[in-house]
Amino acid sequence: MATDTLTYLAGAVVGRVRSLVDPTGSASATAGRTAAGWLAVTVLRDPGDVDLASLPAPLAEFGHRIEVRADPAPAGKGTELRARLRDRRPPGPAPARLAGADPEADLRSALRRAKQLLEVGAVLTVDPVPHGRRTATPGGALLEAWTRGAAGAGVR
Amino acid sequence: MRAITWRGVNEIGVEDVPDPTILDPGDIVLEVGLSVTCGSDLHLMGGYIPAMRAGDVLGHEFMGTVAEVGPAVTRHRVGDRVVVVSFIGCGQCWYCRQGLWSLCDNGNPNPGMTEALWGQSIGGCFGYSHALGGYAGSHARYIRVPHADHGAFTIPDGVSDERALFASDAAPTGWTGADQAGVQAGDVVAVWGAGGVGQMAARKAMLMGAERVVVVDRLDNRLEQVRTHIGAETLDYEQVDVLAELREMTGGRGPDVCIEAVGMEAHGTGVQHVYDQVKQQLRLQSDRPTAVREAIHACRKGGTVFTLGVFGGLVDKFPLGAVMNKALTLRGAQQHGQRYVPEILDLMDSGEVRTEHLATHVMSLEQGPEGYRMFKEKEDGCVRAVFKPAG
Ligand SMILES: NC(=O)c1ccc[n+]([C@@H]2O[C@H](COP(=O)([O-])OP(=O)(O)OC[C@H]3O[C@@H](n4cnc5c(N)ncnc54)[C@H](O)[C@@H]3O)[C@@H](O)[C@H]2O)c1
Ligand SMILES: [Zn+2]
Ligand SMILES: [Zn+2]
Repeated sequence: MATDTLTYLAGAVVGRVRSLVDPTGSASATAGRTAAGWLAVTVLRDPGDVDLASLPAPLAEFGHRIEVRADPAPAGKGTELRARLRDRRPPGPAPARLAGADPEADLRSALRRAKQLLEVGAVLTVDPVPHGRRTATPGGALLEAWTRGAAGAGVR
Repeated sequence: MRAITWRGVNEIGVEDVPDPTILDPGDIVLEVGLSVTCGSDLHLMGGYIPAMRAGDVLGHEFMGTVAEVGPAVTRHRVGDRVVVVSFIGCGQCWYCRQGLWSLCDNGNPNPGMTEALWGQSIGGCFGYSHALGGYAGSHARYIRVPHADHGAFTIPDGVSDERALFASDAAPTGWTGADQAGVQAGDVVAVWGAGGVGQMAARKAMLMGAERVVVVDRLDNRLEQVRTHIGAETLDYEQVDVLAELREMTGGRGPDVCIEAVGMEAHGTGVQHVYDQVKQQLRLQSDRPTAVREAIHACRKGGTVFTLGVFGGLVDKFPLGAVMNKALTLRGAQQHGQRYVPEILDLMDSGEVRTEHLATHVMSLEQGPEGYRMFKEKEDGCVRAVFKPAG
């Protein structure tokens, strides 16, 4: 099975679970995205420390393809950092979004990494993780595909 | 190095895996002294948390000796004896700063999975599936510990390895439950589950000044441990009617705080249990909430129910009416160990917290499959199987 198919399948599985709790989650192709198309994270830094002129590398790499905003968060929670694609194609369907296979997945992942850079100073390295023999099982392949997309997957 | 791995549903292996190395400046590499099975592993073993891959190294409750330190580590040196919290916290995000360490925004490199399931992602945990970060576990000779200045704690000289080990997960989990449930002096506290977690929750409730602490289970040897090592009262739910006994013990009120330390594979009796098992096996519900339901029914009006037991997704026949009409506070959490470990180690040093009795079976890594089988089946009075990677 192609990776794309696997990723999509993995997202579809979660999509089904979510639709049980959140009936709007899979009701329409655009469900889950705001009309304005912003993706957001809150960063525990003062607004003065979030310089839109010199964005953290993961966001800077998007250049003019994105718009970015920073607003103070209430109650000492830091700064609300928002980004959106200038060229907003229709968002992917819910399962693709949940699997990190939609057009905004890279931006979602970049926002999270930018937040970590601003808060911690570095993005946590995970690989290589010591592991034993990977036997091929359908579940394993599905999970691997999903893991690959997981950094960019989600509902934000 | 050798490591105990998840190979498939109810299939545990022991195999060679590569040694870990320092990857980030804040890492340490720990030579594992002791690493122990936790009730949470049973949910992975049984396939109830479906984000495991064959070959994943298990284990998240451990202590050992620092073997290597990254250049940014300031609190630890090679040779230090430390215990490590099972959840990985960055120490810099809003949640870590609030002391809600297991909710760390930056500890899980795969946030999409849990965000999709729960609306928000939580932190990462060692050896606990790709949904919680895909980190290698501690049932191995060595383990890499990221953010070590926050997650690793030096063990006082007077505290044995066997005692300090449980400051990693079981004790701070119990501490999280009793503390976050807001136990007050004079409260009556009931705890469901007499495993390591339930016992530690009971101990913390006593230290917080609870008037009476009662632990509910059906396994004799565990209830005996509660009476002799923890000093709390016990109820055997196969011998007595728990709801009636608790009502009588509290003058008809019900316990002020009810802590559930059983989790998604709760044992039960009668029609309700058959119903839950069938639904869980058909994947129509992911979790069996038997003890949570009972805790909600037992709790006094306006009291607090705390779920320490791990649940993954959806439950059925949830008594929301009782929660609403009795004005209950319902809370839960994965453990916020970084906040409680210093206090726990002090109390271990002064002898007020003792945990050695939990380590009923000490084994080598090669005995991993046997250890997990015994722990799962509660065979031979197994409360926890402890692995000693050095043999
Ligand atoms: N919140 C956290 O951070 C955290 C950390 C560690 C463990 N846990 C969870 O806590 C739970 C307990 O962990 P443990 O290591 O003590 O597990 P364990 O398997 O050793 O103990 C569970 C106990 O619950 C008892 N039990 C089963 N059904 C029951 C019922 N209906 N009523 C009363 N008791 C019942 C069992 O007999 C057993 O003694 C697990 O779900 C585990 O995943 C949570
Ligand atoms: Zn645990
Ligand atoms: Zn954090």
